[in-house]
Amino acid sequence: MHKKTLQSLLLSLIFIGVFTFNLSASNTEHGEAENADVKTEIKEDIKHHLQDGYDFHLFTDKETNTHYGFPLPVILIDNGLKVFLSSKFHHGEEIAEVDGNFYMLSHGHIYKTDAEGAVNYDEEGHITNEKPLDFSITKNVFSALFVAILMFFLFSSMAKSYKTNAIPKGFGRFVEPLVVFVRDEIAIPNIGEKHYRKYMGFLLTIFFFIWIVNLVGLTPLGINVTGNIAVTFALALMTFLITQVTANSNYWKHIFWMPGVPVPMKIILAPIELLGVFIKPFALMIRLYANISAGHIVLMSLIGLLFVFHNWFARGAFLGLTLFLSVIELLVAFLQAYIFTMLSALYFGFAVEEHEHH
Amino acid sequence: MEKLISEFSVGLFFWQSLIFLTLLFLLVKYAWKPILNAIKEREENIENALQTAEKAKKEIEELQAKNQDLLKEAREERDQILKAAKATKDKMISEAKNQAKVEGEKLIAQARNEINTQKNAALTEMKQMVASFSIEIAEKIMRKELGEKGKQEELVKTYLEDIKLN
Repeated sequence: MHKKTLQSLLLSLIFIGVFTFNLSASNTEHGEAENADVKTEIKEDIKHHLQDGYDFHLFTDKETNTHYGFPLPVILIDNGLKVFLSSKFHHGEEIAEVDGNFYMLSHGHIYKTDAEGAVNYDEEGHITNEKPLDFSITKNVFSALFVAILMFFLFSSMAKSYKTNAIPKGFGRFVEPLVVFVRDEIAIPNIGEKHYRKYMGFLLTIFFFIWIVNLVGLTPLGINVTGNIAVTFALALMTFLITQVTANSNYWKHIFWMPGVPVPMKIILAPIELLGVFIKPFALMIRLYANISAGHIVLMSLIGLLFVFHNWFARGAFLGLTLFLSVIELLVAFLQAYIFTMLSALYFGFAVEEHEHH
Repeated sequence: MEKLISEFSVGLFFWQSLIFLTLLFLLVKYAWKPILNAIKEREENIENALQTAEKAKKEIEELQAKNQDLLKEAREERDQILKAAKATKDKMISEAKNQAKVEGEKLIAQARNEINTQKNAALTEMKQMVASFSIEIAEKIMRKELGEKGKQEELVKTYLEDIKLN
């Protein structure tokens, strides 16, 4: 625990360091107009951070207008597969031309356009240009892939270490209690001794995936994978599908024809129960998304406030608050992984529950 | 909500699902299965070892109890043997005493008999000797007395009278 706190402290410091660099360029003069600029800039930065991106953007030097980071491949399905590097957009400043098609990047979305970059807007100011089907390796895809590869190497090497020694070393020694925790505290109490084994792979994978992704999200790399609705939707969908596919007849009976209640009640309960089937994974999706997004917004806003105030006392206070919230976020990172896994296990438990006949 | 839907990226959803499913498949095969099996095996080993230890402890206790019983039995047996030996000893002593007594008495009786016999023999011998002495003396006397004819007849006469009296 002590080590962890220290680690988060360090992380926060680096986090703050990066943003200081990011914002200091425009913070040279103190004035009302300047202050308003800083505020909008912070807003933009937070928005930008929460969004997915087509390049791995670390920070921008505003004075020289150089972006630090690396481009990622863009994959579009638009009359055939179009693959090119996102550096072609020059951070949304230029129109990318591929095989005679023109694409432009605006507010984190790719639109089709022509050689001149014509943009059509509707009454509300939304771009109405056609959007090609986008399967790009975005920042989030890249991060998820990175975490997945990392996990595969870490856990397969841990598995190998068991072949030579019954007690794991290094990484395994740290992770094994968590594996046992997922088994003894999450899977077995919720699913039961009889059926838990077949869900263990999913529960362990989702637990460690969410946790590690959350933790990586707290580093200054500034990624926000689990704070993206598409990601949490994909994860919740797995839980939903596994629940329905492995459910026994008892589960369906409890949804459509609740035993032990009068017939009119059965009819009333059926749609409610059916709705519950969808609400459960929906809640999973929203909970993870909202918690991680909120954490990132709050943390980044607090860091942003350091630059809005020119009062050293206020800055000190916000610095302390930022550090405190970083520690909280570290806890949230684990807690959300735990809750997601725990609730998934609970739903699996409902699916395979065997009721005794009274 | 509307923003969430408009922000929803199908591509990201696709890649996330693909990455996660691949990761799930690979980890189940190469990590979770061996890890969970190893942990389970180890736990079973520990449980078995504990059970064996418990069993061994029980066995030792049983053995100790058995030893105690054996010792107790041995002691009892020893006591019994000692008791029996003592009884035998007492019996032997008393028997020996009795026998000695009987033997002694027998010896005494024999000795008495012997004495009696010897005494009788001595007496008989003495009687004979006395008789022979008497006869000798009588002879001598008679020879002296019966030298005269009158005296012999007188004596015969007395004898005859004596015989009549008897």
